[in-house]
Amino acid sequence: MEPLIIEGTAKTPTVNFNASEGLIEIKGRSIPENSIEFYKPLVDWLEEYSKSPAPHTTVNIQLEYFNTSSSKCILDVFKKLEAIYKNKNDVKINWYYEEDDEDMLEAGEDYESIIRVPFNMIEIVD
Amino acid sequence: MHFNFDEYYNKLNDDGEVILAYHGTITADGINGVLEAVESKLDGMGIDPKVKKKVYNVLVEGLQNLYHHIDELPQDFAPQFAHKFGVVVVRKKEECIKITLGNFINVKKTAYLKDKIDKINSLSEDELKDMYKFILNHQKLSVKGGGGLGLLDMARKSGNKLGYEFFEFNSDYQFFSLDITINYV
Repeated sequence: MEPLIIEGTAKTPTVNFNASEGLIEIKGRSIPENSIEFYKPLVDWLEEYSKSPAPHTTVNIQLEYFNTSSSKCILDVFKKLEAIYKNKNDVKINWYYEEDDEDMLEAGEDYESIIRVPFNMIEIVD
Repeated sequence: MHFNFDEYYNKLNDDGEVILAYHGTITADGINGVLEAVESKLDGMGIDPKVKKKVYNVLVEGLQNLYHHIDELPQDFAPQFAHKFGVVVVRKKEECIKITLGNFINVKKTAYLKDKIDKINSLSEDELKDMYKFILNHQKLSVKGGGGLGLLDMARKSGNKLGYEFFEFNSDYQFFSLDITINYV
């Protein structure tokens, strides 16, 4: 399966999905006016990946900002990962937040309470 | 209350140290410009990074709310207002950063919007969190990409009640003004 690599912009995050490594990364800012367009290829890729995932999937989410339009699409991404986890595959979600950014920590906790996959909350200290 | 735009806008610009004031057409590019300008100004003002992040977050939501929801005034009777007319004023006050967003709204929608804000303002922090999670998990995104979470998110991030006012413009339209206050840590 081809990796999905998207360069970040001022409004959209850097994406690095690699099936052979079992690596799913989203980093940067996610504040597009309409996020469906941006996230559709990500969700489609994960749908395909879920058919034969790597034995261990590592998910790194490191967002500086995201808007509420993105928040639903990010949940869709997590729901795909939850399905992989439910099929007895190892999935580790690392949720990164900047030092003292309680809002971003809380956003991760919101997702963790909806998605039945364990989250690691990782504070980035300068 | 009858709406006098100049009076309204001057009052906003006379309330603390203005970081950014804009009135005119709200476009996607315009939003980017406002965000960049506010971000670089806040950097130079020695504002706590936590407060800066909250201001940026609230502005993103607020401006995108404007972008998606502004009602168009019929141009023939109000030529003084640009197409997709909106207002954003950000100012630094002694204890807080205050953001005001303004737009015209069709009177048919005012009751719904007022009820929505009153409901949000009646909730505790935990109740806001629960409502946010419920909508996040159960409501589909609209065609425009809005998730019905903008106001809720602004209330949550600011940690304060949302302030608002509706000014009567004519029998079909009102001017809606929304205040978000972000306290210093």
